[in-house]
Amino acid sequence: MTLQDVVKETRAFYCLECGKCSGSCPISRHNPAYSPRVMVENALMGLENDLVHARELFSCLTCYACHLRCPSDVDYPLFIQKTRALASTQGEHGDCAHSGSLQSLARLMANPAIKQRRLEWLSNGYRAAAQGDVLFFVGCAPYFEPFFEDIGVNALQPAKGSLKILNSLGIEPVLLEDEKCCGHDLLWTGDTRGFKELAEHNAAIIKKAGVKKIVFSCAECYRTFKEDYPKHVSIDCELQHISELLSDSMDKEGLRLREVKKKVTYHDPCRLGRHLGIYEPPRNVLQAIPGIELVEMARNKEDSLCCATSAFTNCDACSKQIRVERLLEAKYTGAEVLITSCPKCQIHFKCAMVSKGKEKGPDVEIPVMDLAEFVASALGAEDEQQE
Amino acid sequence: MNVNGFEPKIVAFTCNWCSYAAADLAGTSRIHYPPNVRIIRVMCSGMVDPVYVLKAFEAGFDGVLIAGCHIGDCHYLSGNVKAQDRIATLRRLLHTLGLEDERLRLEWISAAEGSGFAETIKEYVGQLKQLGPSPCRREATA
Repeated sequence: MTLQDVVKETRAFYCLECGKCSGSCPISRHNPAYSPRVMVENALMGLENDLVHARELFSCLTCYACHLRCPSDVDYPLFIQKTRALASTQGEHGDCAHSGSLQSLARLMANPAIKQRRLEWLSNGYRAAAQGDVLFFVGCAPYFEPFFEDIGVNALQPAKGSLKILNSLGIEPVLLEDEKCCGHDLLWTGDTRGFKELAEHNAAIIKKAGVKKIVFSCAECYRTFKEDYPKHVSIDCELQHISELLSDSMDKEGLRLREVKKKVTYHDPCRLGRHLGIYEPPRNVLQAIPGIELVEMARNKEDSLCCATSAFTNCDACSKQIRVERLLEAKYTGAEVLITSCPKCQIHFKCAMVSKGKEKGPDVEIPVMDLAEFVASALGAEDEQQE
Repeated sequence: MNVNGFEPKIVAFTCNWCSYAAADLAGTSRIHYPPNVRIIRVMCSGMVDPVYVLKAFEAGFDGVLIAGCHIGDCHYLSGNVKAQDRIATLRRLLHTLGLEDERLRLEWISAAEGSGFAETIKEYVGQLKQLGPSPCRREATA
């Protein structure tokens, strides 16, 4: 793929240079060196070197804020995805957070000879079936659990919560031991080959499992399956996020929610919100819990602020500033809990709280919980709390 | 030698102050040990980033050895304690990935333990020969 192909495919030639993208960009606000408008302009002028070797190429959060506001409908996030793939063929891989450990793990996982032990967390408290119609896609949570333990993230909680919810609805989902990373991070850091390997593997095992529906708790896995997989592999199943499933089955038997007297606010993950347009289901679910008062942050839904690092690249001072900004916004609402439905938003917010403590700046401490984890905690009697 | 003639590839991250000096001592004392190990000198075992280990497996190494000063002897006071904590996390990641625990090894070898270094390598090579090639090896890189 050449730069011209990228321009054609993403309709970048329609760019009016109006600068709405740079005006909407959360990164541009903190780092004036980064401007989506200039990136597109460079591509249109054929300045490939300026584009692929720019550090800022990997700064984009692919949060879709610019894409939604672009009057010419330039697919800027796709432009970034494709240009990064082009850059990676020229040896540019961005400054990956955690030195690229997480991308490295995904690449190791892509190896066909790997036999994972990813379901060891599954205890007797959960019912899962070997065969059935519904598959629950766990994602990278079993890897995030040890990796992010030190910043207080229990990465498996969303998966455990989702299982509890599914079980309460009378669904015993299929969990696959040889499921692999969905490839989201590799795709968005330019490793198209690694992404394809993972996608092909997942498509094959899902076909073999013969399921009709896949449920996700991770917004990124969901987006990747819905938007990126169809371009490479075929997945012949209905795809649903746990919030959609919950919202559809709120009136069903078995889902008895205890009263939870709490004021909460919901942070829209870019992948679920702007990428897929799912704003209402998570809110409906939260409002269905008796006693819950849902308050909105100043910027919500389409205008929601990103958690400031995507695909674990270029996590820098700007990212920290954006996170603090978002956490303060959450605190201003007076909410007791910040709820999100993307494991990475949770990781990034908790990281900002750990590294930007009270002594260094404004107090940004607020409990962060995953939607599935929160709903599961409201399910059933108190004595049913596991582990 | 095992039946298939499999020779494991090992990468060893040795700290500048103890374990690298031990490897040096093993050499100057002319102690023989198997040539399966590629030694990389780092300033402290505490600076071995998890990604070094992951990349080593990605590159097709069968085992990774991290060697530093004995606890309490670290030139930077507590670098080896940090290494120990980090390795514990890494072990859990590699376990989930389906790798055998033995493929990642942590040893404390002081600058005076030249023979200890050689013994460790001998023993590790034997152990990896029993285990066989790493599942992370790719045909192209193996």
